[in-house]
Amino acid sequence: MNENGHESTHRAIERVARESYGRLVAYLSSHTRDVASAEDALSNALVAALTAWPRDGVPQNPEAWLLTAARRSFIDLVRHRQVAEASEPTLQLLREEREMMSAAEFPDDRLKLLFVCAHPAIDSSMHTPLMLQTVLGLDAARIAHAFLVSPTTMGQRLVRAKTKIRDGGIQFEVPQERELPQRLDAVLEAIYAAFGIGWDDMAGIDQSGRELAEEAIWLGRVLLQLMPREAEVRGLLALMLHCEARRPARRGPEGRYIPLSEQDSQQWSLPLIEEAEFHLAEASGRGRTGRFQLEAAIQSVHAERARSGRTEWPAILLFYEQLIRISPTIGTRTGYAAAVAEAIGPEAGLAILDAIDLESVSGYQPYWAVRAHLLQRLAKTSEAADAFDRAIGLAEDPAVRQFLLQRRG
Amino acid sequence: MQFALLIYEAPEAFVARKSDGTDPYTGAWRAYHKALVESGAYLAGDPLEVPETGTTVRLKEGKRRVQDGPFADTKEQLGGFIIMELPSLDAALDWAARCPASSTGAVEVRPLAPAAKHRIM
Repeated sequence: MNENGHESTHRAIERVARESYGRLVAYLSSHTRDVASAEDALSNALVAALTAWPRDGVPQNPEAWLLTAARRSFIDLVRHRQVAEASEPTLQLLREEREMMSAAEFPDDRLKLLFVCAHPAIDSSMHTPLMLQTVLGLDAARIAHAFLVSPTTMGQRLVRAKTKIRDGGIQFEVPQERELPQRLDAVLEAIYAAFGIGWDDMAGIDQSGRELAEEAIWLGRVLLQLMPREAEVRGLLALMLHCEARRPARRGPEGRYIPLSEQDSQQWSLPLIEEAEFHLAEASGRGRTGRFQLEAAIQSVHAERARSGRTEWPAILLFYEQLIRISPTIGTRTGYAAAVAEAIGPEAGLAILDAIDLESVSGYQPYWAVRAHLLQRLAKTSEAADAFDRAIGLAEDPAVRQFLLQRRG
Repeated sequence: MQFALLIYEAPEAFVARKSDGTDPYTGAWRAYHKALVESGAYLAGDPLEVPETGTTVRLKEGKRRVQDGPFADTKEQLGGFIIMELPSLDAALDWAARCPASSTGAVEVRPLAPAAKHRIM
């Protein structure tokens, strides 16, 4: 086969892997809870595809091919690991193989897998890494970069979490109505965390950061497909799309950081804004307001500037007041203070910041950046310089650091 | 736990030390140092003189070998160190990422080895 043929085969494998990875892992592990073996089996199948497909051509139904190869490898792996006891789940999988001739019918268990990844028995800091690995197939090293953890440590933590899933009695199931809201929150949080990391990660400059945000949006879309009636799922997707729409405007020439208020709204992506608005409208029709819908609503008001040329701060303030009632995090309170400063005045905004316990913001960069900005507006020069220093010292993104250094003067 | 941040700096960073102190790199360091001290994690630290001022000594087969300059001949050179007290490696990595040298050079995080010190004290 010529070079081009090889290339298109590789692309086909990549595409199938991306689209089917989570479905195959979810399906293979849902009976046995053995996520690690499912992943190993799938990578064996992908390796086999790399040899077979260029030789024999891409099969008619690539996903079915992968499923068959992965299922065989999985049974081998599980048998190997559980030596004597031919476990019931393994036998079940064998039975299904006989019963199910067409792989197109295999059930989509990704929703169960998402709930497993964000299970309360698993350390919450591992929810997002687990999702990125098991549903999207990201490798531990890449996840480690994004989470600023050593690759070895991230690898070990992922292994530990998967062992817990297998041996800790965590069930592959969609939670009951009663506990659904709380459990769903954990799933949404984990997806949003992936987006936030991709967003902060030198967005627009560093390719890996950008991709992680895209992966998070992909996860959001998968979740919406699986739970189309949950308003907060749409709220989260709308929030991410609104932020994503502004990506081209966030950096100037030479990667200069441009704050939201100074962005050229004509550079915002209209199709993404429209899609976000659609989901937000759909969500609000369902009558259950939540944190993500409110955050998306705030972004929606900002997006309005592309049409009207101005920002309706009083509207933003109203949404923040609701948001603070249900989610009084440091981030929300800092954002609220900034909104108050715009809608009412810098003194009022500063008063909100003053009410936040200093201990809790010692490492929270946005608090210091907002504080510096408000003090500067109030012409409290030396206090402003102190706050700027804290914000600069806590900044990770060199472009943000540079921006603040210039503002500090 | 105590960690050392070993700060490897590019040649330009060493040159920046000769500026009047208003350059962005020095400004970023001033702010970083302040944030680190105010967080309570900072224990000690110092910049090192430029690499050319180093003299490297080793004994090979009983013979002294003295070399002008630093031990490793690479572009980025050890430019300073900071000792911090923090609950975990994760927290130390956060401070490494915020360090102004991490975007122009590299910052290595190493736990201190108190047990090795006790063996000789």
